[in-house]
Amino acid sequence: MIKKFIHQFASPKTYLFQVNKFYNYIFYISISIYVLSITWGLLFVPEDFVQGNSFRIIYLHVPASFLSQSLYAAMAIASVTYLIWRVKLAAYLIIAIAPIGAMVTFIALSSGSIWGIPTWGTWWQWDARITSTLILFIMYLGLISLHGSFSNYEKADKLLSWLVIVGFVNIPIIKKSVDWWSTLHQSASITLTNKPSIDPSMLYPLIGSTIGFFGLIICLVIISSKVQIIKRESTKSWIKDYV
Amino acid sequence: MNPIRKKRLYSILLVFLFSVSGISLILYSLNSNLDYFFTPTELKNVDIPSEKRIKIGGMVLEDSVQRYKSEISFIITDYENSINVVFEGIVPDLFKEGSGVVALGFIKNEIFYAQEVLAKHDENYMPPNLNLENDN
Repeated sequence: MIKKFIHQFASPKTYLFQVNKFYNYIFYISISIYVLSITWGLLFVPEDFVQGNSFRIIYLHVPASFLSQSLYAAMAIASVTYLIWRVKLAAYLIIAIAPIGAMVTFIALSSGSIWGIPTWGTWWQWDARITSTLILFIMYLGLISLHGSFSNYEKADKLLSWLVIVGFVNIPIIKKSVDWWSTLHQSASITLTNKPSIDPSMLYPLIGSTIGFFGLIICLVIISSKVQIIKRESTKSWIKDYV
Repeated sequence: MNPIRKKRLYSILLVFLFSVSGISLILYSLNSNLDYFFTPTELKNVDIPSEKRIKIGGMVLEDSVQRYKSEISFIITDYENSINVVFEGIVPDLFKEGSGVVALGFIKNEIFYAQEVLAKHDENYMPPNLNLENDN
């Protein structure tokens, strides 16, 4: 049954007509979680014992940084799916995600810069974490412009998928950069193995804002993928029924 | 999985393997050049030409901060080795005895002349009253 569901949903037509059913649920649930957590984090969480109020930008910075890497991982999964099974929807998703990934990475970099001024005393330093994230941002921009430079969509999709897979090596590097090298950026507060080094009163709104932000970005990806389908399948007769 | 798809999967894995090994070789050969700063212990083991601009990082030693007019001097330590630092200018708000610091400057006669001082904070976040409880 699951197999049948995936097969049906992987067709651009079914996806385009059916995805709206999920969209509203995801949107309203995630926006309420997000607004609640951000309000909680910005107004009601106690200030940090070292950084005072300036630590509150964590509620923007961490979700954005997390998503910048997750979206790349999603692109990599879509690339593998496209290259092995030639699922057209997967190819549309890659190019639908790329600009959103670039935007989220930009938010991560700029919120980090803003955070750096009052705490570190600098807005930019070439340490391993910041530089590898900048490389991720440039990679997103490169993938977008590469895809746009082709007139043949199929060739563009294939080349893009290969490049996404080659570039995936950057994701573990970003993740481990603070452990492998000495950096100005501190190491991770939340890990799978250890107890979080962030107090529970600050942690819960952080988890909430990350989940909420995740859901909102999924909504953006859905909209962007619908745009791709309409653009790429514009010659099909069923497009007229949708538009 | 049919043979064509299996072949595609293998070529994907192969390409990824090449990518990983290529990047690993680059990172391996760059080694400590990717480090953002030297610790005082590392400084003992490498030969750095006098007046070459480098960054050193570590903790500000307790009771080592002294100020005269706009000049500030302190000791950066990794609790094994340490180095005296002199700096003229404004230090970041988070600069404190016993917390992390990164200084950019050069070494002359065993003294580090800093041109820029940055504060490095750790990954711990907690409310101030909780911190007092933990100390007691």
